[in-house]
Amino acid sequence: MVNKQGQTRLAQYYEWLTLEERRALEAEICSFIEHRNYKIVYRRYASLFFLVGVDNDENELAILEFIHLMVETMDRHFGNVCELDIMFHLEKAHFMMEEMVMNGCIVETSKANILTPVQLMEKAS
Amino acid sequence: MEQLRTFGRELAMGSQGGFYQSKEFLDLVKSIGEARSKAEEDRIVVNEIDTLKRRIAEPDIPKRKMKEYIIRLVYIEMLGHDASFGYIHAVKMTHDDSLLVKRTGYLAVTLFLNEEHDLIILIVNTIQKDLKSDNYLVVCAALNAVCKLINEETIPAVLPQVVELLAHPKEAVRKKAIMALHCFYQKSPSSVSHLISNFRKRLCDNDPGVMGATLCPLFDLITRDVNSYKDLVISFVSILKQVTERRLSKAYDYHQMPAPFIQIKLLKILALLGSGDKQASENMYTVVGDVFRKCDFSSNIGNAVLYECICCVSSIYPNPKLLDSAADIISRFLKSDSHNLKYMGIDALGRLIKISPEIAEQHQLAVIDCLEDPDDTLKRKTFELLYKMTKSTNVEVIVDRMIDYMISINDNHYKTEIASRCVELAEQFAPSNQWFIQAMNKVFEHTGDLVNIKVAHNLMRLIAEGFGEDDDNADSKLRSSAVESYLRILGEPKLPSGFLQVICWVLGEYGTADGMFCASDITGKLCDVAEAYSSDDTVKAYAVTALMKIYAFEIAAGREVDMLTECQSLMEELLASHSTDLQQRAYELQGVIGLDAHAVEFIMPSDASCEDIEVDKDLSFLDGYIQEAIEKGAQPYIPESERPGVLNMGNFRNQDHHESSHGLRFEAYELPKPAVQPRIPRALLPSTEIVPVPEPVYPRETYQTPVTPIPSNPSDAGSAELKLRLDGVQKKWGRPTYTPETSTSNSTSQKTVNGAAQVDGPSTVNSTRETYASRKLQVEISHEKQKLAASLFGGSSKPEKRPATGHKVSKASSHMLEKSHVPNSSMEVASEKTAPAQTPPDLLDLGEPTSTSTAPSLDPFKQLEVLLDATQDASAANSATSASRSPDVMALYADTPVGIHNKDEADLLSGMSNMSGATARPQPTKGSSKGPNPKDSLEKDSLVRQMGVKPSSQNPNLFKDLLG
Repeated sequence: MVNKQGQTRLAQYYEWLTLEERRALEAEICSFIEHRNYKIVYRRYASLFFLVGVDNDENELAILEFIHLMVETMDRHFGNVCELDIMFHLEKAHFMMEEMVMNGCIVETSKANILTPVQLMEKAS
Repeated sequence: MEQLRTFGRELAMGSQGGFYQSKEFLDLVKSIGEARSKAEEDRIVVNEIDTLKRRIAEPDIPKRKMKEYIIRLVYIEMLGHDASFGYIHAVKMTHDDSLLVKRTGYLAVTLFLNEEHDLIILIVNTIQKDLKSDNYLVVCAALNAVCKLINEETIPAVLPQVVELLAHPKEAVRKKAIMALHCFYQKSPSSVSHLISNFRKRLCDNDPGVMGATLCPLFDLITRDVNSYKDLVISFVSILKQVTERRLSKAYDYHQMPAPFIQIKLLKILALLGSGDKQASENMYTVVGDVFRKCDFSSNIGNAVLYECICCVSSIYPNPKLLDSAADIISRFLKSDSHNLKYMGIDALGRLIKISPEIAEQHQLAVIDCLEDPDDTLKRKTFELLYKMTKSTNVEVIVDRMIDYMISINDNHYKTEIASRCVELAEQFAPSNQWFIQAMNKVFEHTGDLVNIKVAHNLMRLIAEGFGEDDDNADSKLRSSAVESYLRILGEPKLPSGFLQVICWVLGEYGTADGMFCASDITGKLCDVAEAYSSDDTVKAYAVTALMKIYAFEIAAGREVDMLTECQSLMEELLASHSTDLQQRAYELQGVIGLDAHAVEFIMPSDASCEDIEVDKDLSFLDGYIQEAIEKGAQPYIPESERPGVLNMGNFRNQDHHESSHGLRFEAYELPKPAVQPRIPRALLPSTEIVPVPEPVYPRETYQTPVTPIPSNPSDAGSAELKLRLDGVQKKWGRPTYTPETSTSNSTSQKTVNGAAQVDGPSTVNSTRETYASRKLQVEISHEKQKLAASLFGGSSKPEKRPATGHKVSKASSHMLEKSHVPNSSMEVASEKTAPAQTPPDLLDLGEPTSTSTAPSLDPFKQLEVLLDATQDASAANSATSASRSPDVMALYADTPVGIHNKDEADLLSGMSNMSGATARPQPTKGSSKGPNPKDSLEKDSLVRQMGVKPSSQNPNLFKDLLG
């Protein structure tokens, strides 16, 4: 996730890239949609851009909606989610993403299932 | 200190804190948030690194504090700086007893380390322990880590436990365990080859989440080996059927679609299983048809599923009815105003035309619109489509368009890609030689050295070998037109090196062949090239060799050679050149000029670039001479390695080897220049030249080495029997083998390809038909577009066909409309109607249809929830007043009229649910109160202010609701 100024707010990779490679890749992203052998699916919410890099066989529209699902999920958890919520609760946002995506695949799309572990964990501590 | 900002919400949520955050952390986040530039952000982060390095090494840090430090480390790495100094602390944190702390530790470790990192070994033990935990959340955290951190070697350490967890009572654990197994399969298929049956088993898990996750590994397995999973077709079909019949839990619904992401995955799998398999495909037709019918094409997600249906339909064994549905959807996509849908439509069209090429005609104008669209992504996608539908009838228009586009863009990567596509299409479909050469010239002129040098070599080879199999006349015409165009192009400034090489070579080989130009014309131009590009040794080498050829042809033809003065001065310069290669070429040229016509004709036969060269590597023709010499008392030859006292010479062997090659000027090689790595272009070497091309070796080239260095000694050259020993030369050039036959086989294959390109009969028929059709039907379409359509889609629609199609489309769409409404409850219809009004104006980028952004479903249960929430919130707010902390909170809002309580009351009054700051659960409908909400922003800001963090006026965006 990158904000309007192009500043990174959350980054998760499903294939290992070195810090240098990540830096280079993230710097180039904003202006390209089909980027080398990847595609960037992006969506803007208020000041935040959500970017997902996918390979060529992915259904772009579905990814676009997956982004929306993620925002809705975060919205359900935080209530009127905003950029600061993600910044202050970076780990929570990561936990949600860990529930939704594993090995680079979408594994969970039920908001309840995504949020239960996060909320239980919150309660426990 | 509790985080006050979310106090209200967390209170209502009934969950307290747990996410301990200090003021220091809040300040950091805020300053990062307010940084106005990347540079400012970098400064903040560098400071933070200093601070953290000190802090994190302090003794006895409370674990909550440490957790915060770790998250600050995550920030550092996320923003592009190195946080490796803190990795070990993240590793230690995974040992913690507290679930939240542990999971944060795991998260940080997975973000910091790759599976090969040395620290991983310290975590494997913890993971093993955690996999056995009684707390299923601990097990889940460990399984997450397994997917990211376990490498091929450590798989056996956790595999037994992971397999055990596949039968865990908690579905969340089963789901993650199956994904861990999937991850092992990705990393090392053999490690889990005996466990594949588990994936099949979990497909039947009674939890839809586990089933849905299992589709991921199954997709991978089926991609690799379709045939082993044909038996599952029935299962997948039945699952998809159940999903479309809404048998899955409502929790999986997304924008009124039942489990769309699962539907998409299933369609992907069916596409694989049905590909080229009629029997399997027949089992799918019904359910895919159902999906088509049930999809709501007014929502993005519905269109995503529809797109996947088209992919599936175009992959499985063709079914006319489904293909019709697919074509209808495509036309709807293409007609849409949304760029996203147009993009999907173009992509889908590219898939479908493989099966039914005629459908492209129906959409010709839409395609042209996309081609001319200012949106670059759409344009590129359309070029991809055109590339797929190129044939000999439309190649000229398509390649011309591609070249124009190529010239207009700056991205070198994409430029190169388009250039190579142009070359490929031109080589495959070129309607005439003339056009081919011209297209290639343009590509070269504008992409220059971005184009793989192979393309230059191909071009030379094509010109040398000609197009027609036996038609010498056509070949010489091709060459003449090439020569003519090159002489013209040489006037342009700054031509790319690769192109100049082609030009020089062609001018040398064929410049004077047709008698149109005399030797002095050509040699003059060649000298100009050598002079204008004097810093490019490769071009100069090509030019000199071309000069030599021109002179040789002149001598062989019995004409007087009269070297131009500029040529003479060039020679003088090159004879003293620092480049041994250029020097040798100059000497060779000098040598050739001194020969008689017979000798020259032998060493430089005209138009012999495609002849094979036979090289007698054993020099057997010298046997008689050697015999004679030995009889006269000469010493027999002893191989260098067997000679005593030459060991220290061995190092120079490569360089010195030329001494044994008779006739080569060894002085030219005495000073080896390692920087010059001459290469010989494949297949197009004329029998008598060495062409250095300083390019990397292309694997396909390596087998060709038709190298025959030119004997520079006239007396040697005169001897018809003399063949040169090439071993030394080959070593110098690093060529492993020599197989002259390949060049012949290459040329035949090339010719067949080109032979096919000659068929362009239908073009005339088609274009006449098109003009008629377009005149009749597309009156309002601009003339240019029509012309473009005509040339692109050659065999355009027959006049009587068009209206029929249009009718069909409209009928089908209304049909779909009806269908889509039938299964919907009145509630859903209502929601569709209200949708536009609810749409927040700033929510969507990309200009999708507004309805896509409508809030989730409006089912009665959720409506009830809304009411409950509202009342709960109200009471929560009330009870908050009596709670110990409440006075502070209320004080906070004293200066703003936006109390939690007040807001909800207002919401209740307005009758719409509102995502207020105090609302714990999301409201299914984001009602009219959606949109930029200054109240919320104010509220959030005042909270932060209260905590002592400086005002946020710098970046108010941070407070904006993402969904509003």
